[in-house]
Amino acid sequence: MVDHAAIRDVAHRNGPSTTLLLILRLRTFIALALVVAFFGLMAPNFMSVANLVIVSKHVAINALLAIGMTYVILTGGIDLSVGSIVGLTGMIAGALITYGIPLPFLGVVVWPNVLETMAIVLVVGAIIGAFNGVLITQLNVAPFIATLGTLYVARGAALLLSNGATFPNLVGKPELGNEGFPILGAGTLFGIPLSIVILVVVALIAAYVAARTPFGRRVYAVGGNERAAALSGVYVNRVKLAVYVISGFCAAIAGLIVSSQLVASHPASGESFELNAIAAAVLGGTSLSGGRGTIGGTIVGAFVIGVLSDGLVMMGVSEFWQMVIKGLVIVSAVVLDQMQRTLSRRARLE
Amino acid sequence: MTVPDSVAPILSAEKISKIFPGTTALADVDFHVYPNAVNVLIGENGAGKSTLMKILSGVERPTSGRIVMEGREVTFASVRDAASKGIGIVFQELNLCPNLSIAENIFLGHPLTRGGFHLDLARQRSRARALLQRLEHDLDPDTKVGDLRIGQQQIVEIAKALSEDVRILIMDEPTSALSVSEVEVLFRVIDELKRSGVAIVYISHRLEELVRIGDFVTVLRDGRLQASARMDEIDVSWIIRQMLGTSELAARRPVQARAGREILRIEDVCLPRIGGGMTVDHVSLSIHAGEIVGIYGLLGAGRSELFECLFGARPDASGTIVLDGLDISGLSINQRIAKGLFLTPEDRQRDGLVQNLSVGRNMSLSSLGRFTRFGRITTAREGDEVARISRELQVKAPSPHTMITSLSGGNQQKVVIGKSLMTSPKVLLLDEPSRGIDIGAKAEIFRVMRELAEQGLGIIFATSDLKEVAIADRILVMSSGRITLDASSNDATDELLVSASVVGHTAHANNASTSKGSHHG
Repeated sequence: MVDHAAIRDVAHRNGPSTTLLLILRLRTFIALALVVAFFGLMAPNFMSVANLVIVSKHVAINALLAIGMTYVILTGGIDLSVGSIVGLTGMIAGALITYGIPLPFLGVVVWPNVLETMAIVLVVGAIIGAFNGVLITQLNVAPFIATLGTLYVARGAALLLSNGATFPNLVGKPELGNEGFPILGAGTLFGIPLSIVILVVVALIAAYVAARTPFGRRVYAVGGNERAAALSGVYVNRVKLAVYVISGFCAAIAGLIVSSQLVASHPASGESFELNAIAAAVLGGTSLSGGRGTIGGTIVGAFVIGVLSDGLVMMGVSEFWQMVIKGLVIVSAVVLDQMQRTLSRRARLE
Repeated sequence: MTVPDSVAPILSAEKISKIFPGTTALADVDFHVYPNAVNVLIGENGAGKSTLMKILSGVERPTSGRIVMEGREVTFASVRDAASKGIGIVFQELNLCPNLSIAENIFLGHPLTRGGFHLDLARQRSRARALLQRLEHDLDPDTKVGDLRIGQQQIVEIAKALSEDVRILIMDEPTSALSVSEVEVLFRVIDELKRSGVAIVYISHRLEELVRIGDFVTVLRDGRLQASARMDEIDVSWIIRQMLGTSELAARRPVQARAGREILRIEDVCLPRIGGGMTVDHVSLSIHAGEIVGIYGLLGAGRSELFECLFGARPDASGTIVLDGLDISGLSINQRIAKGLFLTPEDRQRDGLVQNLSVGRNMSLSSLGRFTRFGRITTAREGDEVARISRELQVKAPSPHTMITSLSGGNQQKVVIGKSLMTSPKVLLLDEPSRGIDIGAKAEIFRVMRELAEQGLGIIFATSDLKEVAIADRILVMSSGRITLDASSNDATDELLVSASVVGHTAHANNASTSKGSHHG
């Protein structure tokens, strides 16, 4: 999320521009500290443990999507389909728990248990991601268009599954052996909500893969200069395919958590989530042109957005103003990012 | 040596200094531009040529010093301001919009209008056509610039500069993308401009060009004025001495008597051209370990394409490639690297470097598997290897964590070569390894190539510079996708090379003699 060596480097020298540069580098953290402090003062119950847990649960959904999105954006792509994948995978979970897998030619219905259900849903998410990846790498469709298409297709499929209706009360039945789905959304581990535990685990793996594995290095190389990466022996298409699979997989995790939290699957759930995920990544310093950004930055970015929206709700700010404020925050983040780049270029010259 | 004051300069830059935070790009430089003459400016990369030109064309303001034009002190607030005062510039990097037509590009900064708002397309078109005809290029002004060859785009860039009433025309490396025949056209145009009273300021790395067309020479070194002279009083070795303090490009070595085993065999490699014909036309070759093979050829001869075929970057290529006894024809780039082949591409910025990564990470990009244990990159081992290669190649970078973009061209090239060395190759393909780097770094790159050959590597490099190809043990010439000459370095005279390089294009045949004449080396 932050280049520690660079910060030490900067801190060694002094002067107004280096201090400013340090502040700019840490801007997402500072923004998070500021919004937390602000709402702590303005909204009396904001700092209560119960509230912070609720905020974190909201953030977890967006952060999971933003992790996959960060990988995609690092290669210079974009994935607009994640919101729809949340909806579709949630609906598939709902359908599996409500109807099982009917096999008409055998005249039986197979009832997968909860873990099997989740595994199927995650695989479906990865397959939708792979579909995006194939469109982009094999058929040369621009990522924006390919995933926009998938956004509609997946949403339509989610609506078709139930004819637009909700799968309610997804608690399962003991005689079918498929109970326990709500645990994902409501359960805790050592007092910490499971969704947050999942987020922490996924974020740690994702950050590790990005920073310390050959695959991660190749993701940055593809985003930085695709041609040079290809001529260095990087299988560019495989890397690209992989990031869309990761994004689809992350969206499926989020889809499971959303429907588990609601104990119901709604075909419209996840609408416009893709925009929040992009916003979190950008706020965390990910460059839309590819090659620059970190998982840690994205997580902090997701928290800024989450704290901001929940805090404004608690203060009773109207929904319309919330949108205005969120938009301004995102644009300011990018303006500050540009300032940082100009300043560090100047610092390098010195 | 000084320039006699018999002619008054049209423009004089006096005691110009330009200080950037932390560096002095120019210190007290005097530069005179004489009318009816080609004023040549020379210096290594980083000597301050580009900065001086940016100041003269209004891109940058000097920190101190003054510019006197025809007896009056002037300042340039912007490129437009300088242009309105009669100074035109053709930048090294093309500044054209590929999505617009030739005419639209030429008149982008000063559109011809009726009533100040309505674009007079007909007039722009006819003016553009006239300008192009003056440059001996009969192109349709409505052609999109993106559809033109690079050489033609360069001509459009020059037409753009000429579209205003220029009295001083600055050309920064105008021939870097031109073919021999296009260079001839450009030189004729320069001659004509000179006679019509325009003062030309000409910057180039190609010394033989400068000697041929220059009238006055100014040499910059480390941001200072090193020397200036009339061209007829000096020669190439004087220029090199002034630039470097030595007159040798690279020590010529006796041809290696001992050639090792055959390490690369190419049979019938072909690459079809879009729209018929062959870009690479049935090329067969045999390369031995410890051998340096230079491929000379003009722009478009098919050298880069041949390298790309060998490296697996051209899926539509055919033919057999045998590397050290192993047929690698059907393999991917990644697999070919693993078997011991590597290509250092011609266009470093576009194909060689990943600009957002550090020096070390660029260098290790092709060898990540070697440092990976249980799926994790062992950064300590990666760092050791980067340090070893950097030492070997004498890469001048503050640290392996330095961003690749803050290095000079020569050091960036060393990083790309370092990336290939880290994969322990058996055969290295180097496409224009000295492109865009200064003479000092060139000599170092050639020294490295010689050392690698002595270690038993097969080295093939492509160049369009006759002097450079002379460092090879064996010289091949390519023309129109074919090998037209294969000779030992001892037997290959400049005349032989030049005539072989135009085999197959009759239109260019008569240029062979002129290029020969221009070559002083």
